[in-house]
Amino acid sequence: MKLITYQTIVAEVKKLCIEANYFLGDDVKTALKTAWHNEISPLGKEILSALYRNSLIASEEQVPICQDTGTAVVFLEIGQDVRIEGGYIYDAVNEGVRQGYTEGYLRKSMVNHPLCRRNTGDNTPAIIHAEIVPGNQLAITVAPKGGGSENMSALAMLTPSAGWTGVKQFVIETVRKAGANPCPPLIVGVGIGGNFEKAALLAKKSLLREVGSPNRDAELAELEKELIKEINNLGIGPQGFGGSVTALAVHIELYPCHIASLPVAVNLNCHVARHKSVIL
Amino acid sequence: MDNKRINPPLSEEEVTALRAGDKVLISGVVYTARDAAHQRLVHLLEQGQKLPIELSGQIIYYVGPAPAKPGQIIGSAGPTTSSRMDPFTPQLLKAGLKGMIGKGLRSAEVRQAIKDYKAVYMAALGGAAALMAKCITKVEVVAYQDLGTEAIHRLEVVNLPVIVVNDCLGNDLYEQGFLKYRLTPLH
Repeated sequence: MKLITYQTIVAEVKKLCIEANYFLGDDVKTALKTAWHNEISPLGKEILSALYRNSLIASEEQVPICQDTGTAVVFLEIGQDVRIEGGYIYDAVNEGVRQGYTEGYLRKSMVNHPLCRRNTGDNTPAIIHAEIVPGNQLAITVAPKGGGSENMSALAMLTPSAGWTGVKQFVIETVRKAGANPCPPLIVGVGIGGNFEKAALLAKKSLLREVGSPNRDAELAELEKELIKEINNLGIGPQGFGGSVTALAVHIELYPCHIASLPVAVNLNCHVARHKSVIL
Repeated sequence: MDNKRINPPLSEEEVTALRAGDKVLISGVVYTARDAAHQRLVHLLEQGQKLPIELSGQIIYYVGPAPAKPGQIIGSAGPTTSSRMDPFTPQLLKAGLKGMIGKGLRSAEVRQAIKDYKAVYMAALGGAAALMAKCITKVEVVAYQDLGTEAIHRLEVVNLPVIVVNDCLGNDLYEQGFLKYRLTPLH
């Protein structure tokens, strides 16, 4: 049994909110460099280098990479032998978000009600996904997600006969329709299977993978390759101005599903694929 | 390609000389406004009331900046998705607005209104918000303070880099770029 205090969680979440927004991951930076080499449009190349320069300014000056510092999406992997002391773990996460977004000068984008729309003033509540896992560790990942790319995401309940062809068509169509809106180059998260909500969660979780790392399953890795090629053939390009790099990566995650179903979720992420983790 | 330079408020000559694909540096005053501010502006127009800012010849930048850190003028300030403003844009163009800065596609109605009222839609770099904040030299809230980041701010900018997407002749850079670089056949 391991004891972790409420205050430790508050402090860690606060730190992760700030770091995720100021410091673009090395995986994304490397992917931007590779994209610059592959891009054939001169304007596209210019944009990719501006995005890279932007990430350097953000980390040097410790300011947000993007003004949309996102909804705070927090993933918790709670070891079954962990005990939290001093308060409720969800309250600790929200307190960490409150402190991180206020003290880090991050934009508060949450409204209290989807229709009445009064800003909560501290970016709470977070969207929390908790999972019980074996062991005595607590893993916390904070993944701020901007509204622009999230709005272009989509879910489809296909019929099993649609198969890979149907899945592929839906993913490509989602990216095509999104066009310039989600700030390409994108990281395309695809969740296949499970059910309605599981597919969406798989798609979101796939965005946490190191950018461009292939799926561990060789067959799925092949499908990822096939998809990225076709997405880049669309010609949307960096910021939608035309070009050969529309996506930096496609990540697929998969789960068993019902005999009648073939759910597919596509969660789009702009190049600012923010996420920072800690293991306690 | 060289940059064109414009200084709002824009004259008709300045606007009509811009073409889709032009790289433009803006120096002068631009106003921020997002969804909630647009809703209020259009409501006032519908009531026949005076707006809190003079729109004639002006540029609106669709942005909700991050808060300024101590010693900073403004926090990171990149564009938000323009299509959310589409339902309100034709009325603002009719009221004299000449330019818009944002990111992403505009509706057919907005593209038509851009032609009809001789205006221009320009894209800033989505995600490059730290870079863009460096072009902003002064900021003040001029209306709707209660909206927080969505309030209308008056920004003074120097060499703010944008790219013309929709010009007053009906050209569309997104369409042109996509057709030029697309490798799969159109259905």
